[in-house]
Amino acid sequence: MKQLMQGNTAAARGLYEAGCCVASSYPGTPSTEITEEIAKFDEVYSEWAPNEKVAMETAFGASLAGKRSFCGMKHVGLNVAADPLFTVSYTGVNAGMVICVADDAGMHSSQNEQDSRHYARASKIPMLEPSDSQEALDFFKLAYDISEKFDTPVIVKMCTRVAHSQSLVEIHERVEAPKKPYEKNIAKYVMMPGNAIKRHPIVEERTRRLKDFAEHTEINKIESGQDNSIGIITSSTSYQYVKEALGDLYPVLKFGMIWPLPDEKIKNFAKSVKRLIIVEELDDFIENYCKALGLEVEGKNLFSLEGELNQNIIREKISGEKISTSKLNEQIPPRPPVMCAGCPHRGLFYTLSKNKCTVLGDIGCYTLGAVAPLSAMEMTLCMGASVSALHGFNKAKGGERVVGVIGDSTFMHSGMTGLANIAYNQSNSIVIILDNSITGMTGHQQNPTTGFNIKGDPAGKINLENLCRAMGFNRVRVVDPYNLEECDKALKEELEANEPSVIISRRPCALLKYVKHNPSLKVNTEKCVGCKSCMKIGCPALSIKNKKAHVDNTLCVGCGVCEQLCKFGAFESEGK
Amino acid sequence: MTTKNIMIVGVGGQGSVLASKLLGHLLTSQNYDVKVSEVHGMSQRGGSVVTYVRYGDKVFSPVIDKGEADFIVSFEILETARWLEYLKPEGQIVTSTQQIDPMPVITGAMSYPENLLDKIKALNIKVDALDCVKLAEEAGNVKSVNLVLLGRLSHYFDIPESKWIEAINFCVPKKFLEVNLKAFELGKKA
Repeated sequence: MKQLMQGNTAAARGLYEAGCCVASSYPGTPSTEITEEIAKFDEVYSEWAPNEKVAMETAFGASLAGKRSFCGMKHVGLNVAADPLFTVSYTGVNAGMVICVADDAGMHSSQNEQDSRHYARASKIPMLEPSDSQEALDFFKLAYDISEKFDTPVIVKMCTRVAHSQSLVEIHERVEAPKKPYEKNIAKYVMMPGNAIKRHPIVEERTRRLKDFAEHTEINKIESGQDNSIGIITSSTSYQYVKEALGDLYPVLKFGMIWPLPDEKIKNFAKSVKRLIIVEELDDFIENYCKALGLEVEGKNLFSLEGELNQNIIREKISGEKISTSKLNEQIPPRPPVMCAGCPHRGLFYTLSKNKCTVLGDIGCYTLGAVAPLSAMEMTLCMGASVSALHGFNKAKGGERVVGVIGDSTFMHSGMTGLANIAYNQSNSIVIILDNSITGMTGHQQNPTTGFNIKGDPAGKINLENLCRAMGFNRVRVVDPYNLEECDKALKEELEANEPSVIISRRPCALLKYVKHNPSLKVNTEKCVGCKSCMKIGCPALSIKNKKAHVDNTLCVGCGVCEQLCKFGAFESEGK
Repeated sequence: MTTKNIMIVGVGGQGSVLASKLLGHLLTSQNYDVKVSEVHGMSQRGGSVVTYVRYGDKVFSPVIDKGEADFIVSFEILETARWLEYLKPEGQIVTSTQQIDPMPVITGAMSYPENLLDKIKALNIKVDALDCVKLAEEAGNVKSVNLVLLGRLSHYFDIPESKWIEAINFCVPKKFLEVNLKAFELGKKA
């Protein structure tokens, strides 16, 4: 029987069925669940790596040793892993190696909207693009066959709507992959100029053979339509929107393999229709390719370069249909994401805000420190940039109250190298590591500082204090972010100090199952004067009701940060 | 049959994931083609969240757009109003009457609009509203609001109650089963 399965779960199932033996990834929405699901299979060794570059190199090493391997990441993660990516294209593989990259059109949980298809073209690596869960399962399996047949890593590109949508799939048994013994081959695997220069023509020849494969593979398919006045070329989730909006009205050329593209198939399809329209999210990747073939096509003249598509957009732009909706004549307040009640980051950000610090931030839940009313973060760029940019900022404009904040997982990912630069080139910088003892935003993945591996079993544990001291920092201190006085004292002292320092703000994420909470607080309305001091911390459990503070007891975890702000002792424990 | 569209809307952390999982299982057991789509990550942190459930003979798109929803199942009144545009003119709303202040209201920058449900009803939209929090507390756990809503939603479906119970048994962990079955019953009877 078919079962309803999330795209990422189906991807993991496909990896499992194909005989994948080693999986190494760094979590990133919307790719995380693939590796979480793979970790449930005992036949596959799986792990969270400190970052995507390490993950990809680990997967390469496993392929070299003769086992089918996998690494998964979000779109911006592929930027981190771009260094090995471009050269593993040259070395090729031993056993099959599959890389997943998951794009996030619409930026549901990302800092940019980059289109990862460009990486396939730039690195000359074939890329498959599933459009639902069944294709995710099938394409991940197919990817290993392509990888081994053509001696190349293969990228499978997911997107939010394929990764996080559930649709019906049929599963099969795992088939162990053929053995690929490791053989010494210096000319193939040592990429120094003399060897690499001989690999480049092999890569170009491989692309020519892959183009031929693209002409004949059934995953690049033409679906006939009733009306040839329009022909549509599409892929991924855009294909689903086209079929939803237009059914089988117009013929469709759907690419399951987005790189390299089949020139003859495209030209023949173009000949069979009067008007050729490319439907693709984000960049004009297919469109420009068709234009380079000399074809007259439409695409981004109709559809945006930004955000996601859907069936209504297709109906409107191709059929001219408008939808009718009901709308209230009312201003609906937005509901942006917020730090959870009891979030350990809140107290630290309050302290930074109170001390009027300029805060350079990083990627994680704590990026929400930029949101009102805390508004305590002024820069977020990419993983690790808080530390490195802080150094640059201070070298350019010293003597200010500028600090960098970075999470424990992000610090292990890309913060250490920036910290090495501060230690080496000596800027008077304060780096605050927000250690909530987990990778939070992506849904609680372990990391090198937590002491547990992906399966939750005991693992190596890196001690942040020792690491920072070993790098040459004399001033390393730990504070509890629930204790505002302690945070304030530590920050003031470090701002006064005349050398680089690290403050570790340590308390586990309030959502972790092992964290014990205090009873909810309640407001003694006789003591509360309605001064709103407690409202400065932006806690979702706090509001003003009848001009007095009010605690939502379904949300409050009794962290006590609001209590410390109240000069009138109005907060009381529900237990009392 | 043409594809039917159910939207589940609420505030991150309210339990829409279980509700969509349950509906997905139920509709799959009725031999429909089904797609369920949700977004993970940052928006889950107390933000406005939406899940799409679509079923029919053949479902292509995983998402529901404006003017397409047959049902909006909502955990919170402001969210009901926010996603109203997604309802078909003849669509049905099943909503909890709970109000949760969003951050701009908490900080005093904006106010929570008043009488939203009456204003929606004034547009001739079918609204079925009930105090799900009260019923969930009665069932034994305030977090079972999702099952109260599904109990209420079951009125509008031609699927035997036994199939709903089967889906609840499949999707809910054993130790929460009794509370959730009671919540479903209370929503159904309400």
